[in-house]
Amino acid sequence: MDLTVGPNFFFWPSDTVREFYGRLSRTTVARVVLGELVCSKRLPFWQEEIPTAVEALIAAGKEVAVTSLALITLKRERNLTADLIDIGLPVEVNDLSALAHVPLGTPFWVGPLVNVYNEGTLNWLIRRGATRICLPPELPLASVAVLAKMGRDEGVAVEVWGHGRLPLAISGRCYHARLHDRAKDSCQFVCGDDPDGREVETLDGQPFLAVNGVQTLSQSTASVAHQVQVLREVGVAALRLSPQSKGFTTICDVWSQHLAGRLTAPELVAKLRPTAPAGRLSDGFLAGTVGAAWSGGRA
Amino acid sequence: MMELVCPAGTPAALRAAVDAGAHSVYCGFADETNARNFPGLNFSPDDMAQAVAYAHARGAKVLVAINTFPRAGAEPIWHRALSCAEQSGVDAVILADIGLLAHAAARHPKLRRHLSVQAAAANPDAINLYAEAFGVRRVVLPRVLTVEEISAINREVEVETEVFVFGGLCVMAEGRCSLSSYATGQSPNMNGVCSPAEHVAYSEEGHELAARLGGFTIHRTPKGAPAPYPTLCKGCFTSGPQTGHIFEDPVSLDATRLIPRLAKAGVSALKIEGRQRSRSYVAQVVRAFRAAVEAQAAGDPMPEGALARLTEGQAATTGAYAKRWR
Repeated sequence: MDLTVGPNFFFWPSDTVREFYGRLSRTTVARVVLGELVCSKRLPFWQEEIPTAVEALIAAGKEVAVTSLALITLKRERNLTADLIDIGLPVEVNDLSALAHVPLGTPFWVGPLVNVYNEGTLNWLIRRGATRICLPPELPLASVAVLAKMGRDEGVAVEVWGHGRLPLAISGRCYHARLHDRAKDSCQFVCGDDPDGREVETLDGQPFLAVNGVQTLSQSTASVAHQVQVLREVGVAALRLSPQSKGFTTICDVWSQHLAGRLTAPELVAKLRPTAPAGRLSDGFLAGTVGAAWSGGRA
Repeated sequence: MMELVCPAGTPAALRAAVDAGAHSVYCGFADETNARNFPGLNFSPDDMAQAVAYAHARGAKVLVAINTFPRAGAEPIWHRALSCAEQSGVDAVILADIGLLAHAAARHPKLRRHLSVQAAAANPDAINLYAEAFGVRRVVLPRVLTVEEISAINREVEVETEVFVFGGLCVMAEGRCSLSSYATGQSPNMNGVCSPAEHVAYSEEGHELAARLGGFTIHRTPKGAPAPYPTLCKGCFTSGPQTGHIFEDPVSLDATRLIPRLAKAGVSALKIEGRQRSRSYVAQVVRAFRAAVEAQAAGDPMPEGALARLTEGQAATTGAYAKRWR
């Protein structure tokens, strides 16, 4: 089992992006997916960083893929998606329509925002050329076990959501813009004010969600720290770590140490908790039923 | 005339919809295979066969939604639903899952396949992919598109398109939302429910009624005031200095006045949400929309305001069909 770093969900300045991927290239993660996932309007502000980042990551021996957008509606977005294949790296499909631009016979990856809930879907994607599939974070362990075994039998890597705020929903509407009484088309890029999303609490002050433009995330940081052993046993090939603005190299390092057997699960959790916003972790989707729940005790 | 596709949660609602002028009625089996898996709703295999006979005798069609995502290790439940739908003589099945579409195309090639809104096929590339790979004949468009975008889609696809015009409104791309399972453990994709009633708790606190879903407060209303159902994305929350309906107000969709533009955009069928609704509600809405599509076909103006009192919380929106909504 190894580590995949997923695409950054947030709108960061290009300097921050450059430093982030520079630091990431010095970690021991096996592979990185990068590119704009959430909003095509952001891409022109940081896209010149992508070739530099790809070069640094490949030079450091990492596998690299580029992600599609999570929700493709505009003609401009369709063209952008069609161009991804020309980059020459595997495309990670996060909106099924990206597959229309992947020629038959060209291998591709499938991201956590494609609905892979069962054997029939996994089988169809494998026959179509998928070589690596990150399952949706919502899946319970029983489903993961069935799909990971099938992936192992078919020689296709099955990943699960390992660590990071959960991508819970995607919309046509921009909630960041709405919070500023603006429409998406006149957003003035206010999502850039919140490098890890903007927190949403209930009226009783319960931490609940975080909005990131058109995306809605969990407030809690999902983490499979307590399930690594069982995920290994069922044949999960990799854990996905999702970028955040602070402490991400630490997150990569402690996860690597845990997979190498140099940190126990409680030690891992103790090191991860200070990096999570408000110290809140969850693993309910995998471990139980309610996504927001956490199977470990309070620190 | 545009086809009017109407909801039925029970055989009685189906008969009411047909009698009120529905061209097609959509419904589901009483299990986790459909996205309105509520207690006391939906059809047994026998109900379905009788419903088809009733509808066909009156010139109406029956479409069966098998539009949740089959659970790994339990696909035969969904496969049986497909067989049962075909044996009942239904006119089409409405599917969302790739694996189930592939199974239906291989094993039930003569059973007409529609793509559920739960598949969120939001552009021509996606729609054409589903058409080519699985022989899908009609796509229910996700509620993230403007009328202009729907028009552009119809210029690039061969299959029919169907859009929602009335009822509950998802603000997230459908089939791509796990907010409900994050709070309650039950989701539209896996369980066919959103913000399920068994996870709702009301509590009188001072002068307010608090509505909670899975323990998360969704809204507080003054005692005695109408309290909308605590659907997660229509809740009132706080973010920094702001408190309000961060995702969407407790509104429902009413696109009646857009019908002429939707017709011009090439839309084949108009869909009414509400399989959980009563048969009298269904009958009223269907009658009003039948009048509207007849007016559209005749080039007459749209009837105004007939449905205002049926909309949730008395407020209606045209949702994503107007660009400003985004």
